[in-house]
Amino acid sequence: MSDLSQALSVAFHLMFSGNRELWEIVGLSLSVTLSAVAIATFLGLPAGAFLAFCRFPGRNALIVIFNAAMGLPPVVVGLLIYLLLSRSGPLGQFGILFTPKAMIVAQAFLVFPIVVALSRQVIEDLWAEYSEQLRSLGSGPLKSVGTLLWDGRFSLVTVVLAGFGRAAAEVGAIIIVGGNIDGFTRTMTTAIALETSKGDLALALGLGFVLLFIIVLVNALAWLARRTGENLAGA
Amino acid sequence: MRAPMTSLPLVLRDTGFSAGGVEILHDLSLAIAAGPPTIVLGPNGAGKSVLLRLCHGLLSPAAGEIRAGGNSPSTERTALVFQRPVMLRRTALANVAYAIGRKGARERAAALLERVGLSHLARRPARKLSGGEQQRVALARAWARDPEILFLDEPTASLDPAATRAVEDIVAEIASQGVKIVMATHDLGQARRLAGDIVFLHKGRILEHTPAEDFFAAPKTPQAAAFLRGDLLT
Amino acid sequence: MRLFRLVLAFAAIFALAAPSHAQEKSIVVASTTSTEGTGFFKYFLPIFKQKTGIDVKVVALGTGQALDVARRGDADVVFVHAKPLEEKFVADGDGVKRQEVMYNDFVLIGPKSDPAKIAGSKDVVEALKKVAAAKAPFVSRGDRSGTHVAELALWKQAGIDPQTGKGSWYREIGQGMGQALNTASAMNGYVLSDRGSWIAFKNRGDLAIAVEGDKKLFNQYGVILVNPAKHPNVKKDLGQAFIDFVVSPEGQQTIAAYKVDGQQLFFPNASK
Repeated sequence: MSDLSQALSVAFHLMFSGNRELWEIVGLSLSVTLSAVAIATFLGLPAGAFLAFCRFPGRNALIVIFNAAMGLPPVVVGLLIYLLLSRSGPLGQFGILFTPKAMIVAQAFLVFPIVVALSRQVIEDLWAEYSEQLRSLGSGPLKSVGTLLWDGRFSLVTVVLAGFGRAAAEVGAIIIVGGNIDGFTRTMTTAIALETSKGDLALALGLGFVLLFIIVLVNALAWLARRTGENLAGA
Repeated sequence: MRAPMTSLPLVLRDTGFSAGGVEILHDLSLAIAAGPPTIVLGPNGAGKSVLLRLCHGLLSPAAGEIRAGGNSPSTERTALVFQRPVMLRRTALANVAYAIGRKGARERAAALLERVGLSHLARRPARKLSGGEQQRVALARAWARDPEILFLDEPTASLDPAATRAVEDIVAEIASQGVKIVMATHDLGQARRLAGDIVFLHKGRILEHTPAEDFFAAPKTPQAAAFLRGDLLT
Repeated sequence: MRLFRLVLAFAAIFALAAPSHAQEKSIVVASTTSTEGTGFFKYFLPIFKQKTGIDVKVVALGTGQALDVARRGDADVVFVHAKPLEEKFVADGDGVKRQEVMYNDFVLIGPKSDPAKIAGSKDVVEALKKVAAAKAPFVSRGDRSGTHVAELALWKQAGIDPQTGKGSWYREIGQGMGQALNTASAMNGYVLSDRGSWIAFKNRGDLAIAVEGDKKLFNQYGVILVNPAKHPNVKKDLGQAFIDFVVSPEGQQTIAAYKVDGQQLFFPNASK
C-alpha cells in the first residue's frame, strides 16, 4: 500500500512540476489515440450504417465477425501490422515502422471493429423504431441514414468513447509497431510498461494515475459537449 | 390552389394481406371518393391499421390490387399520422421542417405550427412534449407534406379528452382545406363527430360502407349493431 | 456533432501527413532492454547528436529479437551483447562487421535467505550446480537475449540441463531483464542479470548479489552495421558514423564516464 500512496504523490509531482518529458509523452499518446479514433470513426460509422441497413448474403456472418473483432488481442494485431510494415514486408517501402504513423494504423485497426459493431447495433435499433415513420415522410435510403446517424448522435458518441477507451488503454500493439523509442514513440502505456520492467513501480503507477486522469478528462469533456449539444439543438 | 387530384378515388379490388402466415385482410373491395372524412370503424384486431398502411403505400397487398386515382398508392401524395408518432431528436419546428424538403421549409413549418396552436413550443425538443402536443406536431408534419389524402391511425387513442378535442379540431380544419381524411378509430363519439361515411371492418372483412347517419341510425349487419351497442369487442 | 467529427478527421489527416522528422538525419539502432534499462542511451545519445546532428532511435528488445528486426531490414545498426549470435549474424551476411565496444559483467542475484547457500562464492558454475541441487527457484529470461545466451552457456559448463527443472524450480518467463528481476524479487528466486540493470533496478525486495567477479561472467557488447547490400534502405553513412563514434577514443571515454549511483556501468574495450 505504501507503493500506492507513493505512486499518488509521484503522479501529483509529475503533473504539477511541468515535467516536459511527461507532457511530450501525454501529447503523443493523445495525438496517436485521437487520430486512430478519428480514422476508425470516419470509416466505421458509414460501415456500421451500411451493415445496419442493407440486406445481402453473408450479412449475418459479417456481423458476427465484427462483433468478435471487438476483442482482437492487441498484441496479435501489433504483430500482424509489424509484419506488414516491416522492410521485408509488403508495405515496407512506406517506411513508417517504428514511427507514430504505424501506431495510429495499429490502433485504428483495433478501434474500427468496435465502431462498426456498436454503431450497427445503435442504428439498427433506431431504424426499427423509425423506419415506418421515415418512409411515410418520404425519406429515401440516403436521407434516412443521415437522419439515423444524427438522431443517434448521443449513443454514437458513447460508441466513439468506447473506441477511445480501447485505444488509450492498449499497449500490446503500439509497443511492437512503435518500438517504444525514447522521445519519439514512447506513449503513456509504453512508458508504464518500461518503468515497470525497470522495477520503478512507483513511477509506473504514478504514470498510470496520470493516464487515468487524462482518460477521465476526455470523457468529461465529451459529456460536457453532449450536454451543450442537448441544450442547443434540442434532444 | 390545390393541384389536380391524382390519388382519388381510392379503389381496392379483392385486396388481401397476410403476415406470418396469418391472413389479416380478406377479399377487400372498397371505393373511397373525395368529400367529407371517411371513418374506418371496427374492434381491435379488425385490420384497420393494416388497411391504412396499404392505402398509404407502406405495405404491398398479397392479393388483389389497390389504385389511388389510377396510380399505385404513394407516400409522396398521401400522409399518415400514426397512433404513436415518432418524434425526431430535434425541435418541434425542425420536425415539421424535416417533412418539407425545399427552400422556405422553416417558414412554412412555423406557419403550420401556428395553425396547430404550438408556436410557443416551436424551439422545444419535440421528445419532451406531451403526448397530445407530439400528436399535433405529427399532424403539422403530415400537413406539411401537402397530401391529397391524410390517413390517421387511431390518433387519439392514447390521449386525454382535451388533447383529443384539439386533434379533432385540427383534423376538421385540414378537411376543410380540401384534403380527404381517412381515419381509423374505435371511438364511436369521435366517429359521430367527424364522419361523412363509415367503413365498418370486422375480422379483416368490410361488412358495411354507408353514409354516417344511416350507419348510426340503422346498421345493416348484426356485427355493426353489436359494435354500436358496445358488445363487439374483437 | 458533425463539426466535432470533422475536426477529428482533420487532426487525423494532419497527424498522418505531418512530415516525419525521421526523414532528416536519423537512424534506427536495435539494442537490448538491459542496455536501455540502465539509462545508458539517454545519457549517450544526446552527446552523439550534439556532435553529429544525427538522431538515434533506439528500439530496445531482447538480443535475439533485435537481431531478427535487423535481419528484416528494419534497423540500421545493432548494438547487442551475445557474441555467438552476433557472429552468426555477420556470417549470414546480415551484418557487415562486428566490432567490440564495451563490456560489463553479469552477476548472479539471489534472495538474502540464500536457500542454495552460494552467497559470496567466486565460482558461478559451482554455484549453479548448488542451485539445481537445492531446486531453488531460478528465473530465466528465456528470450534469446544476450543474458539468456550467457545463462545457457553457464548451465552447459555446469553440465546441467535446466529444462529438467522446468515446471518446478526453473522458471522461464520470456521477458526482459527488468521483468526477470521483478519476478525473482516476487518469488525470492535466483536470476542472472547484467550488473548495469541490477544497479538501475529499484524493486529489489529481498534480493542481493550472490556471486560476482567470476571471469565466466564477462559480458561483451558488440556493434554491427546492418548490411546495405542485403537491405538497400539501410542508412549506411549515418549508421557508420554512429559506429565510428562509439569506438572512437572520445566515444569510449564517454562510455566510461557513465555512472549510476557513483558506479561505472560499462568498461570500454574497442580495439585500437
